[in-house]
Amino acid sequence: MIKEICKKYAPHKDNLIQILHEIQNADPQHYISNEAVDTVAEYLNIPANHIYGVLTFYTMYSTKPRGKNIIRLCESPPCYIKGSENILRKLKVLLGVNVGETTKDGLFTLELCACLGVCGNAPVMMINDDFYGDLTEEKVEEIIDKIREMR
Amino acid sequence: MAKTVNVFIDGHHLEVPDTMTIIEAADKIGIYIPRLCYHPDLPPTGNCGVCVVEISGNPTPKRACCTPVAEGMKIVTNSKKLRTYRKTVVEMILSNHDVTCPTCSANNKCELQSLANNLGVDPDALPSILVKKPADDSSLSIVRDTNKCISCGRCITVCNEVQTVCALTFADRGIDTHVDTAFSNGMANSPCVNCGQCTVYCPTGALHERSELDAVWEAIFDPDKHVIVQEAPAIRVSLGEEFGMPLGSVTPKKMYAALRKIGFDAVMDTNFTADLTILEEGTECVTKLKAGEKRPLITSCSPGWIKFMETYYPDLADCVSTAKSPMSMFGVLSKTYYAQEKGIDPAKIVSVAIMPCTAKKFEARRPELSDSGYQDTDYVLTTREFIRMIKETGIDFANLQDEEPDAGMSFYTGAGTIFGATGGVMEAAIRSAYYLVTNTDLENVDITAVRGLEGVKEASVDIPGFGKVNVAVAHGLSNARKVLDQVREGLATKGESPWHFIEIMACPGGCVGGGGQPYGNDIASRARRGLALYEEDRNLPVRMSHHNPEVLKIYEKFLGEPNSKLALKLLHTHYFKRSIFNGQITEEITHKHQ
Repeated sequence: MIKEICKKYAPHKDNLIQILHEIQNADPQHYISNEAVDTVAEYLNIPANHIYGVLTFYTMYSTKPRGKNIIRLCESPPCYIKGSENILRKLKVLLGVNVGETTKDGLFTLELCACLGVCGNAPVMMINDDFYGDLTEEKVEEIIDKIREMR
Repeated sequence: MAKTVNVFIDGHHLEVPDTMTIIEAADKIGIYIPRLCYHPDLPPTGNCGVCVVEISGNPTPKRACCTPVAEGMKIVTNSKKLRTYRKTVVEMILSNHDVTCPTCSANNKCELQSLANNLGVDPDALPSILVKKPADDSSLSIVRDTNKCISCGRCITVCNEVQTVCALTFADRGIDTHVDTAFSNGMANSPCVNCGQCTVYCPTGALHERSELDAVWEAIFDPDKHVIVQEAPAIRVSLGEEFGMPLGSVTPKKMYAALRKIGFDAVMDTNFTADLTILEEGTECVTKLKAGEKRPLITSCSPGWIKFMETYYPDLADCVSTAKSPMSMFGVLSKTYYAQEKGIDPAKIVSVAIMPCTAKKFEARRPELSDSGYQDTDYVLTTREFIRMIKETGIDFANLQDEEPDAGMSFYTGAGTIFGATGGVMEAAIRSAYYLVTNTDLENVDITAVRGLEGVKEASVDIPGFGKVNVAVAHGLSNARKVLDQVREGLATKGESPWHFIEIMACPGGCVGGGGQPYGNDIASRARRGLALYEEDRNLPVRMSHHNPEVLKIYEKFLGEPNSKLALKLLHTHYFKRSIFNGQITEEITHKHQ
């Protein structure tokens, strides 16, 4: 599967970021494995340690398996001023995990991220590709419950 | 084209090319700007921020290591503001540093330690934020202690750009940035070739050899063990300055005396097996030349190079000499020939090697290097470990009376001693190959074309009865790649290599620049040590390996002749293909001589 994704792109190192995104998106656990990196390294003819450097530099990539839904709570100053700390505390209690961890049922991974660009609705979080703004502790509970029901 | 510009550093006017950085210009006139991550041998990274200077017209200080000079620039290198900046930077580094100076391997050699001391930094100025992590001690050669790392990036530059091994990288970002191997798999599960250049360039004790000192002391104190020691060529020119002698002092006889005082039962010399290597490898070379072989012969002494070849150039494995390294030849002979001669049970022999090299520790543990029926070499100590041993014993090295080594496997020629410098093996081999083909000695044995620190050196030697022999010498693995890629291309397009015989050494400068050499062994010091070996060569009574009387004797009494059945069994080896991702063996690609 990794090889097929690679072959969609010319074997040029400029394509590294795109290839990594596609590999991660295609993975049911939303991460990039050691084996995947080795395959990409071979295809693009760049050392695996360089890819690992890129992979860990960008927070959107993960080197560890993650849950079905990835929660990214904004930790930038505007959200912080509007109470993102309280939202984070609530999320930790609701999910029973710390930042960077995945729930036992594999449903959620909790992450922090930099500004999502919708400061007018701070505090903000993303779950997968959807934004959730003007968060309150009550609202967060509703959102999480809803996703749990949908599974 | 570089332009000449006028700059003023602390009021001194100087004219320099505009390609220079401020720190280089200041160094030129003897103004020392405090620094930490900068190293003159490596491209600047501007990571630490210690070398800040004030430039007129600039509101904020700039890093001297990565700011180029410009016309009319007025630079101040010392001011109240700069002092505060520098101190703050060092205080922040110390707040995230495992400060264990007295027991640290880099004590008294640590650039952070001396900088903090010079700047009068208060170690408790900032509270410690260090979160201790376990050291990576997976490798047989190198230990990486992140708690002492200051993220200067020198190891990464040297690993990726100078050596092109690509084992280390920066991982994560911001305050979490740290040096790591891919997926934190550890040095042993990376393409690391154990060359140890990272340990030589590390400004602190974050990277050092895996020490085997305790095990060697145990053996020395064990009355049942017969501990025999060999020392590589580079060692004899790397000890003196640690004990107040000039850099590059040639001290083989003080070295023997020190080893005897430490308590080794037999003190011999790797240079002897260097001469032996020349006869084995030279014979192999001449056989290939006579057969009109289109593929080149490449030297096999450097264990960093061997693992690099197994990892990145396994298709050329059949071109690499099957001769074991001088260290491993000594190891196997210490438990066969020597044991037999002395009537000692080889099980009781502990064979110790003192090497300028971290990769030799890995080589010694290769399972296939056990043709004596035992692991041929038991322990490898680096130059740094040996110096520690001398200091621990309280030996006044500079004033030691000269002593001779024990006879049997210690006599050496000038050809053996220059093995320690880049081009030395080639020069030694040419001296003997000429004899092996023509049965006469070269009139002028100085083959200067292969000496010096040029990255790739080429020469052409006329051997009567054979014709022109083209040779190449590369040191530092990025230079090795240049040569090997041309060999690959030559073989693919013309069916032959541009050179008949190639010397490759993993470390820049050859063994005198090895990963086990004293900290701070920069290119200039390597050059000085190399010259010291050529000086020793010039002054030795015998300068060609094939005239070494002890080598002739071992062939007569034990081995028969070069490349004899017994020689092939004991002194030759075979190679493996390794994964470029984790360095592990994937298959055996050449086979042991039958």
